Amino acid sequence: MTSSRTAILESIRRAHGRGDLSADRQQALRDRLKAHPAATIPARSAGDQDHRITLFTDMVTAVDGTVDRISGWDALPQAVGNWLKSRNLPTTLAIAPDPRLDAVAVHPLYTVHRGAALPEDLIGLSIAEAGIAETGSLMLVSGPETPTSLNFLPDVHIIALPASALVGPFEEAWARLRTRFPDGLPRTVNLITGPSRTGDIEQTLLLGAHGPRQLHVVIVDDVPSA
Amino acid sequence: MQSTTRQFKDNARAALNDATLRQPLQKLKVGFRVRRAQAAEKLPEFETLRDQGRDLKNHVLENLDFYLETFATAVEASGGVVHWARDAAEAREIVLSICRDHNARTVTKGKSMISEEIGLNAYLADHDITPVETDLGEYIIQLRNEPPSHIIAPAIHVQKEMVADAFRATHTHLPADRPLSEPRQLLDEARAVLRDKFLAADVGITGANFLIAETGSTVIVTNEGNGDLTQLLPKVHVVLASLEKIVPTLEDAALLLRLLARSATGQEASSYTSFSTGPRRPGDPDGPEHFHVVLLDNGRSRLLGTEFEEMLRCIRCGACMNHCPVYGAIGGHAYGWVYPGPIGSVLTPALIGIEEAAPLPNASTLCGRCEAVCPMRIPLPKLLRHWREQEFSRHLPPGRTRLGLRVYRWFATRPALWRLATRAAALGLRMMGRKTGFLTRLPFAEDWTRHRVMPVPQGQTFMARYRAETDTPEI
Repeated sequence: MTSSRTAILESIRRAHGRGDLSADRQQALRDRLKAHPAATIPARSAGDQDHRITLFTDMVTAVDGTVDRISGWDALPQAVGNWLKSRNLPTTLAIAPDPRLDAVAVHPLYTVHRGAALPEDLIGLSIAEAGIAETGSLMLVSGPETPTSLNFLPDVHIIALPASALVGPFEEAWARLRTRFPDGLPRTVNLITGPSRTGDIEQTLLLGAHGPRQLHVVIVDDVPSA
Repeated sequence: MQSTTRQFKDNARAALNDATLRQPLQKLKVGFRVRRAQAAEKLPEFETLRDQGRDLKNHVLENLDFYLETFATAVEASGGVVHWARDAAEAREIVLSICRDHNARTVTKGKSMISEEIGLNAYLADHDITPVETDLGEYIIQLRNEPPSHIIAPAIHVQKEMVADAFRATHTHLPADRPLSEPRQLLDEARAVLRDKFLAADVGITGANFLIAETGSTVIVTNEGNGDLTQLLPKVHVVLASLEKIVPTLEDAALLLRLLARSATGQEASSYTSFSTGPRRPGDPDGPEHFHVVLLDNGRSRLLGTEFEEMLRCIRCGACMNHCPVYGAIGGHAYGWVYPGPIGSVLTPALIGIEEAAPLPNASTLCGRCEAVCPMRIPLPKLLRHWREQEFSRHLPPGRTRLGLRVYRWFATRPALWRLATRAAALGLRMMGRKTGFLTRLPFAEDWTRHRVMPVPQGQTFMARYRAETDTPEI
């Protein structure tokens, strides 16, 4: 493949009427990569935590998701149970092996398996790396304790979002990624905004195309508010 | 994909007479256009972001070789493999050989216009590998054995009864008398059928909306989640992407993401924006074991440094076709190749040759709506005019058109004669239509008057009035 690579790169340089970029130019581009400057960031996402919570909740609701807010991880099993009951859903769950979700996994209310989703799983519970208030998006990353299949295979997706991980714009979520994964991104980073949908049949909007039909977010106040 | 662009006129006539196209095209005009306008309205920074998006892409194209090499290095560092394909044949060959290396029998596919461009499905099928499209729209048109008619809504021309027919013909394992009259029933059936395909596939092939040089990530933006299941479940993930999809950093991707969904569907964000970086890591409970990226040139690099370079800023949102009066009248198939609408009319001649695609740059009224909504501020009307110039200088238009233009030029460059001739023509037309005030037939313009009447000219000619009102001396 080296020859095609060379041919394509040569073709680009020829079209620009130049050879390799100068060393200075290359250094300037490397500096830009390192500085990764942001373009204009929409003002709507600027504000304090209360503003972020309100904006995030409004945005998730606008795309047919639901949002609950609880005071700590201890309250999660009951909150999940209440929501499942309100939707008339069973209490059999596939749960990400993240220790913060252990309280749900051991709770007598639930029948549980931990790990990657199985094809027959109806309800998945996972945990977000960040919430993005700007668009009501949840950022989930793949890893040993956070299987990506939980985000897509089950019909119902419940996501726990630590309140401390709620950010304003995309750029703040990128900053969290860079801090947490300094050696490179995990295999998969998903930004999830509402349940799966399609408009492919006569431009009729339908939820639950291939991914989850329902999306529920539980914001967990994991740090005492100032 | 084989082009039928040469028969554009016949295609367009057939489309205009196709009653099944009226409703979807009408719906598209109200739906997509209104939603885009609302989304743009809700983001005060939208116009600024369009300027920045344009500048960013220009920066990338200027330094494309550097960013491609940076991207390739980052993909390799994360355990992936990068393949470079000069043309469609090379890209098909690369994908086939990856499939063969893994003894693949079926591949699932996320939506990819590049795959359409290189005719991948037919090629894989010819080599005993079954490709399964998983985007609902793409799945429908695959069953109907036809190309997409819109870049983000590929089955927009298909009525739900036609979908039901295709499903009954294909899903023969299901009861013949099952109800399929509602979109929900159709979707649920497709979901169940395709779920099995996702789980069984050996290789998953997706496109890419963006490639991030900094991280070596490929990015797909979808609403259904099919692309995610495609790149998650099989043991091999292959990404097909053209060179110009590169952006330098995550921040640059954020800029374009803010423009893409709003311009395409009017959403603040699509349901799923997913970044893939290398294969699964040690300890990961799921994800593909192999990750390949195929970088396709196929005529793009030679557009750099030409008047068509600006076309490479395109992020494939489809806003230009949603707002185009010509697309709105004839739909996508009439254009005869992969990319319809204004972007197709510029891109198709660039990729398959102006000789093959000469009718397309003329399939425009140059009304400028496409440029007005293009998130990357691509001056589509200007680029269409460039193609018209090239077409003319290569003597491609028919003799009658060339003769007409020559006659026009002869008069237009002789002001005194022009004024005399327009006065005479105005007088002649007034005489012809003196009874009704309308002309039902015009010499040399029968095609135009076949469907409409023209009012007779009123008052003086433009030049005469202009002179009278501005006191300009005769030139």
